[in-house]
Amino acid sequence: NILILDSEGKRVAVKYYSDEWPTNSAKLAFEKSLFGRTLKSNARTEAEITIFDSNIVIYKFVQDLHFFITGGDDENELLLATVLQGLFDAIALRLRNTIDKREALENLDVIFLCIDEVVDQGYAFTYLSSY
Amino acid sequence: ADYSPFLGIEKGAVLQEARVFNDPQLDPRRCSQVITKLLYLLNQGETFTKVEATEVFFAVTKLFQSKDIGLRRMVYVMIKELSPSADEVIIVTSSLMKDMTSKTDMYRANAIRVLCRITDGTLLTQIERYLKQAIVDKNPVVASAALVSGIHLLQTNPEIVKRWSNEVQEAVQSRAALVQFHALALLHQIRQNDRLAVNKLVSSLTKGSVRSPLAQCLLIRYTSQVIRESANNNQAGDRPFYDFLEGCLRHKAEMVIFEAARAITELNGVTSRELTPAITVLQLFLSSSKPVLRFAAVRTLNKVAMTHPMAVTNCNIDMESLISDQNRSIATLAITTLLKTGNESSVDRLMKQITNFMSDIADEFKIVVVEAIRSLCLKFPLKHRSLMNFLSNILREEGGFEYKKAIVDSIVILIRDIPEAKESGLLHLCEFIEDCEFTYLSTQILHFLGIEGPKTSDPSKYIRYIYNRVHLENATVRAGAVSTLAKFGAMVDTLKPRVFVLLRRCLFDNDDEVRDRATLYLNTLGGDGAVVETGEDVKEFLFGSLDIPLEPSEEAFDINSVPKEVKTQPLAEKKAPGKKPIGLGAPPAGPPSTVDAYEKLLSSIPEFANFGKLFKSSAPVELTEAETEYAVNVVKHIFDGHVVFQYNCTNTIPEQLLENVTVIVDASEAEEFAEVASKPLRSLPYDSPGQTFVAFEKPEGVPAIGKFSNMLRFIVKEVDPSTGEAEDDGVEDEYQLEELEVVAADYMLKVGVSNFRNAWETMDADCERVDEYGLGPRESLAEAVNAVINLLGMQPCEGTEVVPNNSRSHTCLLSGVYIGNVKVLVRLQFGLDGPKDVAMK
Repeated sequence: NILILDSEGKRVAVKYYSDEWPTNSAKLAFEKSLFGRTLKSNARTEAEITIFDSNIVIYKFVQDLHFFITGGDDENELLLATVLQGLFDAIALRLRNTIDKREALENLDVIFLCIDEVVDQGYAFTYLSSY
Repeated sequence: ADYSPFLGIEKGAVLQEARVFNDPQLDPRRCSQVITKLLYLLNQGETFTKVEATEVFFAVTKLFQSKDIGLRRMVYVMIKELSPSADEVIIVTSSLMKDMTSKTDMYRANAIRVLCRITDGTLLTQIERYLKQAIVDKNPVVASAALVSGIHLLQTNPEIVKRWSNEVQEAVQSRAALVQFHALALLHQIRQNDRLAVNKLVSSLTKGSVRSPLAQCLLIRYTSQVIRESANNNQAGDRPFYDFLEGCLRHKAEMVIFEAARAITELNGVTSRELTPAITVLQLFLSSSKPVLRFAAVRTLNKVAMTHPMAVTNCNIDMESLISDQNRSIATLAITTLLKTGNESSVDRLMKQITNFMSDIADEFKIVVVEAIRSLCLKFPLKHRSLMNFLSNILREEGGFEYKKAIVDSIVILIRDIPEAKESGLLHLCEFIEDCEFTYLSTQILHFLGIEGPKTSDPSKYIRYIYNRVHLENATVRAGAVSTLAKFGAMVDTLKPRVFVLLRRCLFDNDDEVRDRATLYLNTLGGDGAVVETGEDVKEFLFGSLDIPLEPSEEAFDINSVPKEVKTQPLAEKKAPGKKPIGLGAPPAGPPSTVDAYEKLLSSIPEFANFGKLFKSSAPVELTEAETEYAVNVVKHIFDGHVVFQYNCTNTIPEQLLENVTVIVDASEAEEFAEVASKPLRSLPYDSPGQTFVAFEKPEGVPAIGKFSNMLRFIVKEVDPSTGEAEDDGVEDEYQLEELEVVAADYMLKVGVSNFRNAWETMDADCERVDEYGLGPRESLAEAVNAVINLLGMQPCEGTEVVPNNSRSHTCLLSGVYIGNVKVLVRLQFGLDGPKDVAMK
């Protein structure tokens, strides 16, 4: 799953690729949990990682935005980290390196397109690095 | 500031705005904005009604008129979000098909993705030609689009996608890394049921060079699969492809190195020699500056430590420095790994480090550490003092209910399993209840004290702690303390006078239950203070488990009318990871399957006590399939004139508590049987097996057979999993079980004889019967022999149940004792008649 939350844990843009969270309230509960658990850590220089409820979560914070990639607990953590970096780079390029909530919301179409391109229904698709 | 361009956005307004899509002169920028708003709404959880969705969809389709590239991309995303139904899809099909053959690469790629998302089988055959072309398109984005779509379509239209094998094969050779990745994934999916094909695929690619690290990771996974499936590799030489995996440990990309290391650690029956290079690499990751690498490495090493602790000890030093890692997940994993690999001498040092660490981490991590400490203590029982002290210290600190419960459970298990630890453990628990905020834990501990305390060398030291509870706590705990005091009094005669003095003071308590209990105990235990041995009956009455709660009744209460609970034995701690060990509430397991145990069990049930001697108990027969909500198996107990079915039931639903569980048996296909008794199971909570019984009368001495259909009937109450409390009201429900049969073999006891020949000769010639049977086509001679042995239910003698490979004939000797104590000997001769038919005499 790809999740972009703001500095209060509210949704900016999210995409779920699993039926594990069938209702919107389940999703919101998950996001709240996710946000709460990662709030205290400092994921600005390097991507951070944690695990809860059999989900591996890789995350990075930039300005007032929190980026998350989650996967099942048997995933290759480094692979997930690469996807996060890919998404991040794609957005950074399109938003000309100003990544904060305001820019994201003003250009939400760009965000949606990047998300659409980075992962296709759960399969890592395209991103701009040499992979 | 809480600025947002979407402030105050409202679905209805946006839907109105969407009308602008119908304009003959489309303004691409404006339309993009509207689509963005729609997507935002959907993303925030807003839903469209069927009507709204259809309207929006139709409006969006008009946008194909515009040639604006940016808008077209938004249109693609929107269509996928709206997931149109089959009849709506037709509207866009032609537009999308046009795009699919457009010169603009972006159109081709995305049109393919959209079409494949919304298509059905018939449309798919129409566009198949283009998809095949796309797979080998020069532009990698287009190729990838087609390949990924193929992977998804394989779920719904496998026959069609399989026809693209040749193109996909070609794509695997592509120079573009991502295309190679997607092609490999698709090819593997297509071929995955054909073991040989996968093998070939892996062979050819591991020799060649795979460009993309992602593809390399896939290849490693497929290689592992092949290794797993070629099981015969224990003998000489290395496993196939091990060299390839080991080679990947030196790849440029960390992702690949890690995937390979992980794959090696997960090999079946991996040896220390095979593990070494992988562990070396993981050890390097432990000191990386990137948290993701440290985490991945420590998590993998943690798993390895469960099965090969010795292999991981080299990493201990690096792990110890991870205890202070900023990332608490990493730190916890490091600690639990060290707890598994530590040896006796390092335990003390480890405990010191952990003490500082515990205050930093969240409760759920703490529980993991507590359980690891418990395992460690059981491994090194001599260290119980320091480990128990540690547990006691953390018990005193802040913590939630689950956490403290885990600690208490651990202490209880250690007390049970390490006799030397009992005294100190009990004292620790006593100290804990002086300050415990959780009524549940206090009462459980008091109960436990009541069981174990009297058995110690000096029970009197616990009295003070227990009695203090009577003063200081709430009513529930006070009542529990009173019961515990009484138990001490009952079990330890020397303490009786003291206990009575204390109990008498409880007669003035505010609470009814406390006063009632005190009164009861004083009267039954002999309140005159005499040091008299308490009768066994009295003890049983007071402290044994009584089964069914009493119904209000007009008649005078008679203790004998209360059925006693069937006692079963507690489980020992399971060694397998991930199993819940038993704490204070020892859940009963199914009774151990020996005749003696069953006999004891059945004779303790008054209704069955007069059935006579138990002749035979069958093995448990499953009446439910695997993974159902309620798992039930049945054991058939055969007596001379009766048959008792013991149903072992397990409730696998944490949110349910079943009560009054019985089995309704339909014996209409078993005419010789008449139901005489049924013993319900009072309560069946989650994950705690219990038994219910149904008894039938049958003609004495006659091996009656019949079929019985079974229905489980119970009252189900909802349970809140976080508190473990059940609602008061329940609903009656039924659950159909499979049928069970009583067959002739049930009346046959397997009793071997050591010298078959002698036994045969000594039997009277009159008793001998000879017959010939054709068993028809069977799978093999061995299978036929086994089938007959099972049917007859007799004991094979002198190893004659084993049929040598390739034999054309076999003699099997069986012996047994039939009901009525009749000795039976059987000599079977099997012959292969033609290629598959078996004849038997």
